[in-house]
Amino acid sequence: MCYSLAIIHLLFSAMLGKAFFSVHSVAGWTLILFFIILILLLATLYLYFRTSEIRSLAPGRKGEMDKRQLDEYISTLDKQQIDRYLENGKPSPGGKEPGVTRLAFAPFLLGITPGSFWGETGVLIMLVLLLLPVLAGVVVVIFKVGNILRQEREKQRLTEAGRFSEGLSTLSPAERETLLTQRRDALGYSLTQRELIGELAPEDEKGLLSNITSHAALPVVPVKKRAVKRPPIDPALARLVLAYIGCATFWLVVGTTVGEYLGIKFVAPDADHVSWLSFGRLRPVHTNMVFWGWASLGMLGLGYYIVPRVGNTPLASLRKGWYSLWLINAAVLFGSLCLMGGINNAGGEYREYIWPVMALFALALMITLINFLQTIGRRKPKEIYISNWYIVAAIIFGLVIVTVGYLPFWQDGLGETIVQGYYMHQAVGMWFMMFTLGIVYYFLPQQLNRPIYSYSLGILAFWTQILFYTVIGTHHFIFSSIPWWLQTFAIVGSVGMIIPVAAGTTNFILTFKGGWHKLSSSYTLPFFLVGVVFYFTGSMQGTAEAFRTTNLFWHFTDFTVAHSHLTMYGIISFFLWAGMYAVVPRLTGKEPPQILVGTHFWMALIGLLFYTVPLMYGGTLKGLLWIAGKPFIEGVTLMEPFWLWRAIGGSLMWLAHLFFAYNLYKMTAATRIKQKDYGILQQP
Amino acid sequence: MEFFNNHKKLFWAVFLFFGGLTLLVAILPALENQRNFRPLPNAEPLSDAAVKGKMIFIANGCVACHTQQVRNVDMDKTWGSRPSIAADYAGDHRIDVWRNTATLMGTERTGPDLTNVGLRQPSAAWNLTHLYNPRILVKESVMPAYTWLFTTTTKPNPGDVVINVPAEFRDDAGDGQVVATPEALQLLAYLQSLKQTKLPDGRPVPAFLYKKKDKVESGGSAKTTAFDGAALYATNCQSCHQPNGEGLKGAFPPLKGSPVVLNDNPEIMVNIIMNGYSGRIKEGYGPMPAVGTNNNLSPEEITAIMNHEKTSWGNNARAVTPDEIKKLVDLIKLQGTTK
Repeated sequence: MCYSLAIIHLLFSAMLGKAFFSVHSVAGWTLILFFIILILLLATLYLYFRTSEIRSLAPGRKGEMDKRQLDEYISTLDKQQIDRYLENGKPSPGGKEPGVTRLAFAPFLLGITPGSFWGETGVLIMLVLLLLPVLAGVVVVIFKVGNILRQEREKQRLTEAGRFSEGLSTLSPAERETLLTQRRDALGYSLTQRELIGELAPEDEKGLLSNITSHAALPVVPVKKRAVKRPPIDPALARLVLAYIGCATFWLVVGTTVGEYLGIKFVAPDADHVSWLSFGRLRPVHTNMVFWGWASLGMLGLGYYIVPRVGNTPLASLRKGWYSLWLINAAVLFGSLCLMGGINNAGGEYREYIWPVMALFALALMITLINFLQTIGRRKPKEIYISNWYIVAAIIFGLVIVTVGYLPFWQDGLGETIVQGYYMHQAVGMWFMMFTLGIVYYFLPQQLNRPIYSYSLGILAFWTQILFYTVIGTHHFIFSSIPWWLQTFAIVGSVGMIIPVAAGTTNFILTFKGGWHKLSSSYTLPFFLVGVVFYFTGSMQGTAEAFRTTNLFWHFTDFTVAHSHLTMYGIISFFLWAGMYAVVPRLTGKEPPQILVGTHFWMALIGLLFYTVPLMYGGTLKGLLWIAGKPFIEGVTLMEPFWLWRAIGGSLMWLAHLFFAYNLYKMTAATRIKQKDYGILQQP
Repeated sequence: MEFFNNHKKLFWAVFLFFGGLTLLVAILPALENQRNFRPLPNAEPLSDAAVKGKMIFIANGCVACHTQQVRNVDMDKTWGSRPSIAADYAGDHRIDVWRNTATLMGTERTGPDLTNVGLRQPSAAWNLTHLYNPRILVKESVMPAYTWLFTTTTKPNPGDVVINVPAEFRDDAGDGQVVATPEALQLLAYLQSLKQTKLPDGRPVPAFLYKKKDKVESGGSAKTTAFDGAALYATNCQSCHQPNGEGLKGAFPPLKGSPVVLNDNPEIMVNIIMNGYSGRIKEGYGPMPAVGTNNNLSPEEITAIMNHEKTSWGNNARAVTPDEIKKLVDLIKLQGTTK
């Protein structure tokens, strides 16, 4: 709903801003004319095929029926019809005599070919006006033709029934009797239901069956499939992956607790008067903690599982994996403490950690990059699976981004802002999005048990994402003092993002094709689906926000906050959860409580919508209010109810994370069952 | 394909592709900007106190909600007399070995833009009270209260800046007086220093784009747009004199029943709006800034504000006309230039 709102706004503003389409221009009218003629042509084609069908029906078949035809018709009769015939001795062809109406129509539609001199707007408008009734006429004709066709068919059916009846009456009564009785008996045949299973009790000697329900009862929620047993994973690698996921979950819970508190502060600004808990200090604590703590560690954890697996080779160095984990945890811990203590890098979103802290993170990326490259170097298959393209590329990009963002040589004056636009948007798109796509390219086919729809689409999306995403950073500073050409460049790049996003989405959706039924019996696939949906809508929303006209009413408002949550949460977090629920049961052999996975899913999804939709709606209203030149404080009062909704949605999201943490606990530590208690059950 | 199956070639290509684009859209434009722009010749460097204040502004993450950029679009006119230009930020350099340059341009306006706040709201009393708790002055505000920038003392020293905090907003028991710490005063100095530098004479001022279209289109009758006095009052006056016109006891005088406002002769009132006023400091009221001049209010806008003040909250004075106000404003401007 909101996207359509956004699109309407976009179109509306595009028209105001004398952009590419207007009903006052020749181009606009030519476009309308073009579409009308196109529709007319299509309609003509349609009519042509329908009428030729009528022509083929018209003559019909005459003469007596032979035996084969008679048999053919008998086989279409059902039991009741045969019974009735045998009792009455007459076929019952049902239906009324059709009233024949014939409509002659001339193909007057052809021959509309506008000459080149008709370039005047007035002429074009006139043409459109003339063609509109023609179009209406065509619609009428289409309905009429359909009607005639139906009537013709009905008529033919009746004649055939008459012929069939005659054919039957030419047979001798005994012959007729046998023929029909035979058929009736055949129709009445039914299986005993034991043909295939036999009389023996079922037995599963090879342990092939699982998910057997012995005591059927009405389930509260549908039971989902359990994870398929896979070849065992090196327990040391499993520990590393679980440690990453565990730490990520810890930062998720802490980071969103901070976020939840920030959301509450919009409703209750006097909740506390403590310097290190004040809004300005906690906001970067929240954003950086969920960025570098939750999402980054979560991605890397899944990466440590995927990279060796698709290379069919052990990880080059487990120890390096642990070093990276410790370094990133240290970066998030020290970074958060610094921010709360009032030590930050001086402005710039996601660049608030001071460089010594961020250096820890960069070092971790460097170590991981070497580790992954060495692993890929030792791979068994010749090809590098596309997941590894995305994952390794993301780590290279992450390193470049942090380096460019933190080196001081090009950061004087506006240089700082130009780099800031680049840094923050590349971090989002080239680190988080790129890495996550790599995860999806591995887990989605695996969970659907079918190959990715198109490898080439994945490669197209890969290169176009680099081409377009890299240049769009400055679209966060439209109308600022950054060079106008750079702003335009960023807007063009934002439009170009349609290509990788559409390619990626198409690829994922078509991989789902034929496997949609698996959605309801899996607890990971719904997370993937939500991620894919937000991948498309969230990314396209970003494109829509980049235009100059949309910047007028969306920039600086809460709309941006909604957008960042739709993407970082709707895309990244949902994909990460999908991957984690897929991989952790494989590592531990323990399943999460399914009902709680469902609770997590729905609370996170509904919470996200409660969070974002009001902010988008309110943000748009606030922007319009600013354009109207209303006092600033009116915008603040306007937002009050929407901020309340945000806090409510945020609370749901936060609760969902507690459920997720509990599920992770159930999948790992809590399921170590003591041998002693279990002993009785294991008796032979 | 051989190229895609060789991880060295593939990832080097990826790195160079991304690195090249990075150079093109981030590093080179940033270097170019550094080389091409210098601060405006008449730009005032920050005082020592303001420099320290800026550090407090940074430490507390104020940029999360306050931008410092006037975009070149009509709707941003409220925040400055001209769009911001690259030269406005050219004086910003790396702060120290730990911290980056701070242009503090920001990406969100949960609070007002601060590019020109030193001109729009220079009052020390207002700013300090507002910092202690914004809701003392603006009840709808969601800005944090910075009470830790203040101390309480029963015997203020002669140099101390005491602020008047209503009892319900005090964090402590309420005995003693609230005194601004040096940090609060530094932050104040920084806020007061935020003023747009005038462009040197002869330079064309960049235009504000996406102007609002005038409603007068057909008919040709030159209808003057009716200004909304209440809205203008809310933007320019309300944060001190309050929505109910009663001001704030001991800080900002009431307009309700004020002899200046009720006076049939508008001369004094126009003079105060255009030049500011500091005649009632002894009574505890802070000096009033020259709102009309600072905020570039037109005579029509001033008329709308004055008529709103003259006829609201039980005030019932003669309404003034744009023409008589225009004459007075022109006279004041003339005096200003001859001085």
